[in-house]
Amino acid sequence: MNPSTTLIYDGSFNGFLTAVFVAFDEKLNVADIQKNSECQNGLFSETETIFTHVEKAKRVWNGIRNKSHNAIANVYFAFLSETEGVELMLYTYIQKLMGTKSGKQLDYSDGIVLHISQLARKVGREKHRMEAFVRFQLTKDEIYFANIEPDFDVLPLISKHFRDRYADQQWLIYDVKRKYGIFYNLDHVEMVSLNLSDIHYNKTVKSDAFKTEEYDYQTLWNDYFKSTSIKSRINPKLHTQHVPKRYWKYLSEKKEAV
Amino acid sequence: MDFDRIREKLNILADAAKYDVSCASSGSDRTNKNQGLGNTSRMGICHSYTSDGRCISLLKILLTNHCIFDCAYCVTRKSNDVKRAAFKIQEVVDLTINFYRRNYIEGLFLSSGIFKSPDYTMERLVAVAKKLREEENFNGYIHLKSIPGASDELMYEAGLYADRLSVNIEVPTISGLKLLAPDKKHEDFTKPMLKVKNEIVRYKSERKIIRSTPKYAPAGQSTQMIVGASGETDKDIMYSATYYYRTYQMRRVYYSGYVPVADDARLPAIGSQVPMLRENRLYQTDWLLRFYGFAVNEILNNDHPNLDMDVDPKLSWALRNLHHFPVDVNSAEKQLLARIPGIGMQSVEKIIKARKFRRLNWDHLKKIGVALNRAKYFMVCDSRHWERRDLDAEKIKGMILQTSSGKFRNQYSTQLSLFN
Ligand code: SF4
Repeated sequence: MNPSTTLIYDGSFNGFLTAVFVAFDEKLNVADIQKNSECQNGLFSETETIFTHVEKAKRVWNGIRNKSHNAIANVYFAFLSETEGVELMLYTYIQKLMGTKSGKQLDYSDGIVLHISQLARKVGREKHRMEAFVRFQLTKDEIYFANIEPDFDVLPLISKHFRDRYADQQWLIYDVKRKYGIFYNLDHVEMVSLNLSDIHYNKTVKSDAFKTEEYDYQTLWNDYFKSTSIKSRINPKLHTQHVPKRYWKYLSEKKEAV
Repeated sequence: MDFDRIREKLNILADAAKYDVSCASSGSDRTNKNQGLGNTSRMGICHSYTSDGRCISLLKILLTNHCIFDCAYCVTRKSNDVKRAAFKIQEVVDLTINFYRRNYIEGLFLSSGIFKSPDYTMERLVAVAKKLREEENFNGYIHLKSIPGASDELMYEAGLYADRLSVNIEVPTISGLKLLAPDKKHEDFTKPMLKVKNEIVRYKSERKIIRSTPKYAPAGQSTQMIVGASGETDKDIMYSATYYYRTYQMRRVYYSGYVPVADDARLPAIGSQVPMLRENRLYQTDWLLRFYGFAVNEILNNDHPNLDMDVDPKLSWALRNLHHFPVDVNSAEKQLLARIPGIGMQSVEKIIKARKFRRLNWDHLKKIGVALNRAKYFMVCDSRHWERRDLDAEKIKGMILQTSSGKFRNQYSTQLSLFN
């Protein structure tokens, strides 16, 4: 048996797929796959540094997708969960997948398969939440701007939704936790990093970065939100189940509650 | 924008609209045209939730709460002493667009009190939708309330711009309607429904030949019934729901527990409890009819004109029909699996997939998400431990109630104590 190898990659999804490619190609006995930012050498394995190679990554992507569309989505979503050790699990998952005739035969009572699909589902839920909970504020230079702080790295997943929907306005969604954003310039979406002096969540002080009418619309939306509640039906438990408290600070309708 | 005026109007006209429960923004797939604004998502998105946990996805307002009619169950009725207001067409357009651009909403749900005449009112609703589509290039979701008694021509036009149209029946029985809404005739409701249905059918067949046929109400039509205002039985409600689903090809029928808004001898008094549990049971029944293959007379009939309050309708049906059970999950057909209490449609799908690999036992079923505390009395699986005692329906019900905690249990027990 080959001695086991730990693969070190740059943290990107393409980097990870390249690592998978190398592992298959060189028939490595993989001990672990780690990000270069957080690698800890195993005592009993060699390390190999992976250089991200888009062509190789693409071949792995296509290979998985040809087995099953569902599987490629699972792999990508689970990867974005940033869960510790997810890379090795994904590697095992991909190995299992490649051993089947078609992805439909993956056995969902297998621990790893189940775990990956659960992770993917969690990330999917966060994606949907962000599509719902982003609140744009209109800046003086006509950009609809939003801060978010999602549990997982979902910006790459929500980009298409916002581009399709808001095709005629400039918008920027910035992930405060991961310190990067996506900006749509009326033509395409690009990744940006900003030097934000100010994180714009629900402060009662108005920022002069935004148009004055912005605050009028926030007030109207706030009023509207309040008026939708029917007193005789109030159910706070159900409410926070749908809108968990950790999201409140970016929701303008929750200004008073924060 | 005259902010203070708009603010006042919004407060009045959103408040008056909130009792309409249908807020679905799903079922339409309008795409963004010509780099315009918006699209609709097939599933619909809830952008927030009300304090009672209902989805907020649309800006739901009345164009005006002036009304020439006097329906007893309605806050907007002529004789009610409330503040009145009316939006201008452009004001509704601006609000919608500005909320939409900030990702607050999926679109607009516009209804109205009837001022001057049904047609006069409907014309204005249509004008808002038309402006949004044609001037603002807006491709988000639009739900228009059809005004009972509006003309066929207007209903036709409405469907060209709206994703969904609805006429609220409100009162499920004709006798109740006479009593509570004497100004309205049953035909006022059914005529626009029929028109919309016919247009949808026509659109579908023409589209097969001419692909460019303009879309007509792609999310179909829906209606709403008030529950608990006119002494109707659950059977009355679900039989009319079934009728509306069939006759007018409704996408959805909504059931809304009556919130007392008037001191009127014909109605439950102000302050009486909203029948939320009953509403919930009706939705469960609706679900069983639409997705689980139940026929309405299996669940409600002359012997059982009302749903059980202490157990859900599927369990209640199973308890009355113990001769169908136990079902073997490793071999039963899909329809039968779906009838086992504690097994939802998602679990049914998972069971069918998983049992191709192995015979399933309790552990597998638990992982799949089956509510075993209920299901175990009605099924067998690949395990020697299963319920062998010859239990009768009352015993099973008692044991299930002991081990489960329904979200309305508290309410139910206070209701119980009222009756004891
Ligand atoms: S016509 Fe409509 S708005 Fe007017 S009172 Fe009747 S239900 Fe209310």
